[in-house]
Amino acid sequence: MGFILAFFSKRKKSVLPGFGLSMGFSIFYLSLIVFLPLSALVLKTFELSLDEFWQVVASERAIASYRLTFGASFVAASINLVFGLLVAWVLVRYSFPGKKVIDALVDLPFALPTAVAGIALTALYAPNGWIGQFFHAAGIKVAYSAFGVTLALVFIGLPFVVRTVQPVLEDVEKELEEAAASLGASRLQTFARVIFPALLPSLLTGFALAFARAIGEYGSVVFISGNMPFKTEITPLLIMTRLEQFDYAGAAALGTVMLLISFLLLLLINLLQHWSNHRHGGAK
Amino acid sequence: MSSAVADQTNTRIGTRITIRQATAEPLWLKVLLTTLALGFLTLFLLLPLVIVFGEAFAKGWQVYVASITEPAAAHAIKLTLLAAAIAVPCNVIFGLGASWAIAKFQFRGKQLLITLIDLPIAVSPVIAGLCFMLLFGARGWWGEWLNDHDFAVMFAVPGIVLATIFITFPFVARELIPLMQEQGREQEEAALTLGASGWQTFRLVTLPSIKWALLYGIILCNARAMGEFGAVSVVSGKIREQTNTMPLHIEILYNEYQFAAAFAVSSLLALLALLTLVLKSTLQWRAAKDYEEAAKLRAVE
Repeated sequence: MGFILAFFSKRKKSVLPGFGLSMGFSIFYLSLIVFLPLSALVLKTFELSLDEFWQVVASERAIASYRLTFGASFVAASINLVFGLLVAWVLVRYSFPGKKVIDALVDLPFALPTAVAGIALTALYAPNGWIGQFFHAAGIKVAYSAFGVTLALVFIGLPFVVRTVQPVLEDVEKELEEAAASLGASRLQTFARVIFPALLPSLLTGFALAFARAIGEYGSVVFISGNMPFKTEITPLLIMTRLEQFDYAGAAALGTVMLLISFLLLLLINLLQHWSNHRHGGAK
Repeated sequence: MSSAVADQTNTRIGTRITIRQATAEPLWLKVLLTTLALGFLTLFLLLPLVIVFGEAFAKGWQVYVASITEPAAAHAIKLTLLAAAIAVPCNVIFGLGASWAIAKFQFRGKQLLITLIDLPIAVSPVIAGLCFMLLFGARGWWGEWLNDHDFAVMFAVPGIVLATIFITFPFVARELIPLMQEQGREQEEAALTLGASGWQTFRLVTLPSIKWALLYGIILCNARAMGEFGAVSVVSGKIREQTNTMPLHIEILYNEYQFAAAFAVSSLLALLALLTLVLKSTLQWRAAKDYEEAAKLRAVE
């Protein structure tokens, strides 16, 4: 920790007080709550030999769980990409009664506990549920299938694209669109050539955020997935199963793989946000 | 291209009816897009919310009241409130400290520090719970020592609190850092020049200018703390009337097919979520108003 503190404490002089106290406390707290637990996870993984590690993280059951976790997360984030842009567009450009309420409601997935979302979606999409009955009649299984997992992940990731695109869309200058129109561009051309490129960084950021959130999601998925090994078992649930079998090292190995992926995604998101801010700031 | 523009203008003048702004969509498209967006939101946001309350009252008021007042539910509510009451203040103190250091000073590795603060958001809750298990569990780093000293962290309240702190760790800091970075240092420097002490500067200059963002961070942090499921589910052991929080209680009821009771407890958390959204909108509105007033004052000067 001393090393970490020494690393961050090289700074420019300032007249403001409290750097030592606020920085020292922040690093101490960050180390205690985040670094220490995460290093315990990584160190536990090293108890396994490379061979054992590979057997855990590349087992057939684990690979089936990655396929579902990443596949469903990707599809869900893609759905959110399209509909998130649509919702942001409608909220920024059009007016209709109840718009403020709808705008506030977009954040519901941030505020609603995942377990509540999980049982609510399961009740809706179960074979005898309000919506599930129609799918059931058509012979499509929604709850207790990969389809259901994807729906839960759409719910969880819904606010990300909307909230990253909305402020950028508000700032797109009307003059640019007018210029495009006066130069003979159709509305579609203006959207594709002028508006969309301005939104692209924020769209990608929102997509990556929704994807990252979906990969780790547990609460809403366990209820709707049915949790069948090889079929509807997500990776966080597989970790849970390993834990319940007291296979701590195996659980830690899977956890480390996911942690690594999450960290890489986080770096990617930061880069995207940097790009987005740069673009956004540069347009002004 | 110029002829195309001319054609367009001619038809416009000729027919009159088709006149619309060149930067707006035709009405039919507006209606279509709005309907699609609202349909999507109804399907994914409104219906889940409606079904929670619908199912909660499906068996009548008596069952609803009984479900949320029975001892196991009452204990779960108390434990959830307790965990949030400890976790939120801890993260507020951290958020204030971290944002002061990051926003008011220039130092090496600042961007890295901001990324690290965001890390718990990207970590799966199950992995967070697992980490604490490896530290404090019976076969963890300190498990034996804790056992010898008769102090339980795993499957007890301290573990639940720690897991909750981890999950809600970034929420206050994330709201404050960008705002304080934007505000800069001039105000604080002026206060110091005028003879204010460090604490006075923080209390009388910094705190009032960040109060709405701070409150927003607190309510968001609180909502997440009370609703956390995955991490707490690993460390709690789910012992009824001992280590069961509200979300875990919902899971148990649901798995026992006591749907009305599960949705009754859920409805309390859904109400909390709605309250959070209302408070959030109010705070954003207040912050925008303050911002406008400040801009007006500057314009007068």
